Amino acid sequence: MSNGVSFGSYVTTENGKRVVKELTFGNPTPEGVVLTTLDHAVNWMRKNSIWPLTFGLACCAIEMMSMGASRFDIARFGAEVFRPSPRQSDLIIIAGRVANKMAPVIRQLWEQMPEPKWVISMGACATSGGVFNNYALVQSVNQVIPVDVYVPGCPPRPEQLIYAITLLQEKIQKERGTVRRALNIK
Amino acid sequence: MPVLKNIAAIAKGMSITFREMLAPTVVENYPDGPGPLKGAKVQERYRGVHVLQRDENGLEKCVACFLCAAACPSNCIYIEAAENTAEHRVSGAERYAKVYNIDYNRCIFCGYCVEACPTDAITHGHGFEVAAFSASNLVYRKEQMLAPMPAHMGANAVFNQEEVEAGAPAMVAPGE
Repeated sequence: MSNGVSFGSYVTTENGKRVVKELTFGNPTPEGVVLTTLDHAVNWMRKNSIWPLTFGLACCAIEMMSMGASRFDIARFGAEVFRPSPRQSDLIIIAGRVANKMAPVIRQLWEQMPEPKWVISMGACATSGGVFNNYALVQSVNQVIPVDVYVPGCPPRPEQLIYAITLLQEKIQKERGTVRRALNIK
Repeated sequence: MPVLKNIAAIAKGMSITFREMLAPTVVENYPDGPGPLKGAKVQERYRGVHVLQRDENGLEKCVACFLCAAACPSNCIYIEAAENTAEHRVSGAERYAKVYNIDYNRCIFCGYCVEACPTDAITHGHGFEVAAFSASNLVYRKEQMLAPMPAHMGANAVFNQEEVEAGAPAMVAPGE
């Protein structure tokens, strides 16, 4: 980069141009065969049983419900059980605009979810405020909780949300150190 | 005979169960389906990721008039205009969009930009696979949205501004 900013190993060369890679996840250092194989198995089980929280904020929730229903049927990914309690869920889909009053509620729900937990920011409002650039809304839910996958759209089609879930599955599968973290081994 | 009545009721209910069990599934098999859309079914009018069109000479239709950015209700379009020159011709008119970014974090796919465009340069495609792990990856640049070159111009020869600035021959419309 001409301005001297160094992106380290995240920069790659494509067609003679320097591009910043999409950030990868987990631990780059090699681990033992047993632990990585176990990681792989645990990740595989986790990614095929992502249970979302029954949590809708606005119109995006309609598309989220549509994704859960029979036409799009996320039971194909083992994710059809929308849990009513955050203590039983792995994924919170922020489906709609986040009002300032709702922000602490979202934070508490997210904190009540057991690890491992993931967050999908669904739609323009949850990701950036969208058209509602005003005092009433939190401009991007990542000011309140950390987001794993952003889905654009207003609202996104169920297919777009399914695409986000497949991205999330990829991310879960690539996670390293799962077993060590679960067993609390340093 | 209440027993017979109960059996009849159960048989009636189960007949629906077994009939539906044998019927073909109606689920939209999105990521595992055939075709470029992977089994997703969208209407022709569906407004997906924008496509910046080219004219029949392979020049960009966008003339950097900023009408799309003005029409955008969420202010997600960012344009930097530049002048065309004889050696470096990008669009058919005087100016072209040197930078054309659409922030898909904010875009609500309303289609007002498409309605506003006087040269039909910006259109909605059917792309919908745009989720990302990082919000900064959702700001699409011109190169990501530009339509491929028309077939007679060499469909693979995508215009690259940096290459032209580095000395590669710029694309010139026939007759110039």
